[in-house]
Amino acid sequence: MKKRTMATSLAAHSPKLIRSVERRLFLRQGLSVGALAMLSGCNLTDDESVQQVLEGMSRWNDRAQALIFSQTRLAPEFPESAITKPFPFNAFYTEAEVTVVDGKDYKLELAGMIRDKKPWTLPELYALPQTSQITRHICVEGWSAIGKWSGVRFSDFLARIGADTTAKYIGFDCADDYSTSIDMATALHPQTLLTFRFADEILPPKYGFPMKLRIPTKLGFKNPKHIVAMTVTNEYPGGYWEDQGYNWFSGS
Amino acid sequence: MESSQTHWVSIHPLVVRITHWVNALAILIMVTSGWRIYNASPIFPFRIPNEITLGGWLAGSLQWHFAAMWLLVANGIVYVTYGIVSGHFRRKLFPLTPRAVWHDVREAFRGKLAHEDLSMYNAAQRAAYLAIIFCLVVLVFTGLVIWKPVQFYAIGQFMGDYEGARILHFCAMALMVFIVLVHILMVILVPRTFPTMITGRARRAS
Repeated sequence: MKKRTMATSLAAHSPKLIRSVERRLFLRQGLSVGALAMLSGCNLTDDESVQQVLEGMSRWNDRAQALIFSQTRLAPEFPESAITKPFPFNAFYTEAEVTVVDGKDYKLELAGMIRDKKPWTLPELYALPQTSQITRHICVEGWSAIGKWSGVRFSDFLARIGADTTAKYIGFDCADDYSTSIDMATALHPQTLLTFRFADEILPPKYGFPMKLRIPTKLGFKNPKHIVAMTVTNEYPGGYWEDQGYNWFSGS
Repeated sequence: MESSQTHWVSIHPLVVRITHWVNALAILIMVTSGWRIYNASPIFPFRIPNEITLGGWLAGSLQWHFAAMWLLVANGIVYVTYGIVSGHFRRKLFPLTPRAVWHDVREAFRGKLAHEDLSMYNAAQRAAYLAIIFCLVVLVFTGLVIWKPVQFYAIGQFMGDYEGARILHFCAMALMVFIVLVHILMVILVPRTFPTMITGRARRAS
């Protein structure tokens, strides 16, 4: 019945009409204020309850992406002529601040649910069977670039060290204090490579010497460079960007 | 239900009103957060002023964008299903000929466009509303390809893969925002259409 009164007041040319016009203006202003509040997104996004909803949706999106992800669907591979030159440098620091790892002392440390945790030296890693891929790196910022990486298939490496592949996560710690973590399904994907070469040359420091985990089914920031330790675990390891709000799964 | 002395007619069904406003909210979030995502790596030689974007920084905008996309799509499925099953689309948005659209757009510019009977959309309105639906469909599919270029690689082959999808996604957004702005301008010019989209009812034109 409330509707009817409002309708009648709109119909009649009386002081009631003015009230209704005022109400309508109030409504419209209310909508504009709401829109403005949204547009000054910073404050709204910082609000704790809003942040909780957004975080919850991001976890929901992790699950949705895991469902969509197919272990057999391959990322497109490209011809040598499609390689982007120069391949862009990207990190949370500038190119002048790139970490230079000493290859002679280098050892890859293994931790967590792994049978043989013996650390690996570079000559040992280089001696493993190698494979190459020319794939597209897609950055969370939107740009993309095609590059060629070579290394050992990660699933082979996991089998070799006796990693428990029923575990949920693999976390990576890097020499430049970066960190990230991935799901086991992606780790076992045939195109996920532990790479030591870029464009047929030993990885230069700016592309992640001594090794970069190349995952063409994930966004660029999920491809850690300068890896010094990896942990197979069921406890969510998080990551440098993930802890700040970037979506954890970030598949592509 | 109608009283005899006041000629109030039901214009917009409840489903249409609810989905209209949910859609308006979802689009506002998607567009303003999308602008901030665009700014992280612009594909054209301009940026969107950060002041009119949502999210505060790239990660925040991505969170908004990938949260509101579910609202947009779920709401869109309800609306389109209702529109087809109930005959709402057939009754309100068709028939539509280019001739009629051209005629009505010209009339609109002369300020003579007829929209007396709010239950009937003129040809310019029908074209605009259909164009918004079309833009949204394009936005959803190009969006899927940008979101998951590997998993939805097959869909991407219709739009120039990932890079083509980014350009199309932006163009569909621009066209949709333009039509929405015209739509809002029209509501300001014919204000009695505004309460109708809330209450669903309007006085019948005599």
